[in-house]
Amino acid sequence: MIAIFKREMRGYFTGVIGYVFLVLFLAVAGIVFCYTTLFSMSADVSSYFTLMLIFCSIMLPILTMKSFSEERKAKTEQLLLTSPISITSMVLGKLLACYLIFASAVVFTSLYFLLLIPYATLNVSTLLGNIVALLLVGLVFISIGLFVSSLTENQLSAAIGTIGIILALLAVGIISSLLPTSFWLRYVFDSLSIFTRFSTFTNGYFDLASVIYYLSVAGVFFYLTIRVYDRRRYN
Amino acid sequence: MVKVENLVKRYGTNYALNDVSFEIGEGEIVGLLGPNGAGKSTAMNILTGYLSSTSGNAYVGGINILEDPIEAKKYIGFLPEQPPLYPDMTVLEYLDFVYELKGCKLDKEAHINEILSVVRIGDVKNRLIKNLSKGYKQRVGIAEAIIGDPKVIIFDEPTVGLDPKQILEVRNLIRTLGKRHTVILSTHILAEVQSVCERVIIINKGRIIADAKTDEITRTIEDGYRYEAKICGPEKEVRAAISALHGTSGVSVSGRDGDANIYVVEAASGVDIRKPLFLLCAGNNWPMIGLTPVGTDLETVFIRLVDSSDSSGGVKGKSRRNRREER
Repeated sequence: MIAIFKREMRGYFTGVIGYVFLVLFLAVAGIVFCYTTLFSMSADVSSYFTLMLIFCSIMLPILTMKSFSEERKAKTEQLLLTSPISITSMVLGKLLACYLIFASAVVFTSLYFLLLIPYATLNVSTLLGNIVALLLVGLVFISIGLFVSSLTENQLSAAIGTIGIILALLAVGIISSLLPTSFWLRYVFDSLSIFTRFSTFTNGYFDLASVIYYLSVAGVFFYLTIRVYDRRRYN
Repeated sequence: MVKVENLVKRYGTNYALNDVSFEIGEGEIVGLLGPNGAGKSTAMNILTGYLSSTSGNAYVGGINILEDPIEAKKYIGFLPEQPPLYPDMTVLEYLDFVYELKGCKLDKEAHINEILSVVRIGDVKNRLIKNLSKGYKQRVGIAEAIIGDPKVIIFDEPTVGLDPKQILEVRNLIRTLGKRHTVILSTHILAEVQSVCERVIIINKGRIIADAKTDEITRTIEDGYRYEAKICGPEKEVRAAISALHGTSGVSVSGRDGDANIYVVEAASGVDIRKPLFLLCAGNNWPMIGLTPVGTDLETVFIRLVDSSDSSGGVKGKSRRNRREER
């Protein structure tokens, strides 16, 4: 697992994807931070994190798109699959590499909020709650991205497919807001929606159920990725 | 060391492997020979745990590859048809990665240096893999397979796409490896098996049609040769004269080359008809402008092998049933 993790990290930073991701992430985070806090004279963190969530739904698929599809296309997966390591640790190694890049970008950009301390009273617990929420949603997005990447050998299809699934998950929240308030389906959609659950955090509540929800969704896609490899042997 | 029992791999209604069984002992160099699409790669992929079989069992070092893949894979070094190389790494970084991936316990630096010198890629160790020539890439692939000193090394068509000099080098390398490891290699080139392997398993259409020592197979092939002779002279008389020659079992005309006819001469088993044929032509003042052996291509070899196993029982195999299918 460690070997694969190291190799993935190398892969991101000997090519351009790692740099492109970090540069774009820092730039967009900077701009969003300026507009939502400094320019609007507010210490409110909610709009920053909401915008970053939407940005991540497009950027993270670009980070994950090559994970498995490139290996499949170059036939290097044959080396991984015939080595004495389990499929689980192979997938985990890749997940961790992706996640480390993403998480370090999130943590680093969140330091921007320290700039506000001299000028406003910052609600630190809300801020921390939001960081945790973004980190969790990122984990969900990365798991989805890895899963789709394991299905195809075309990186572009992997990226587009992942963005599609993520947007569909976000759209569930929008659909539910259009439904009448007492309709039972609305309740179902709300609890399934990544976005609705995210807004509990941006509103300043730390919701344990949502944490479990995010971890479970990530877990499901992680498991599905392993199954894709397990099943392919039998075809 | 390697044991395969009644292996079947089915894709829909197509059988890539159909009831294949063999056993390979420690230190053997075995060639899997067969035309493209015969099932060689499928067999190797199952043996290395990359694919599963529809039914049947494969054991490496006594461990079932399906039941305990991680343990079984520790015994195997595998070079797939297309070497699994990461173009963005240098040779040394790549070998480092494979070393860690396989979880080797040997002294890292000494082991990698030894491999670099065995496969002779020391001079390119700091170059990016994507900038290497095909021959070097193939050797890096071989290096990958032998990292960790696995007991069984499996090469899938190791010399495809190499130039003649590189082919000789790779064959020498495999022969060297065979002294310390069990080696299985697949190929569709007969000469490769003859020069490298002690034993050959011939596969066609997913079935084993012969499994024997290489020299036995070679004898079967060379016993009873067909020649293509280009002879200038009156066709009818030449044919009659050749047919009358002691040791010929058949003559036919297959075409023309300038003013010469091309005769396909079949020699009876165990007779070398080249000298009498030459003397015959010389005596009659019919210039012979060419004499080449034919029929050493794989297809012919299959038919020959199946025939010989039917009559002499010298070559093991499930020949009778297979021959019917061949035709």
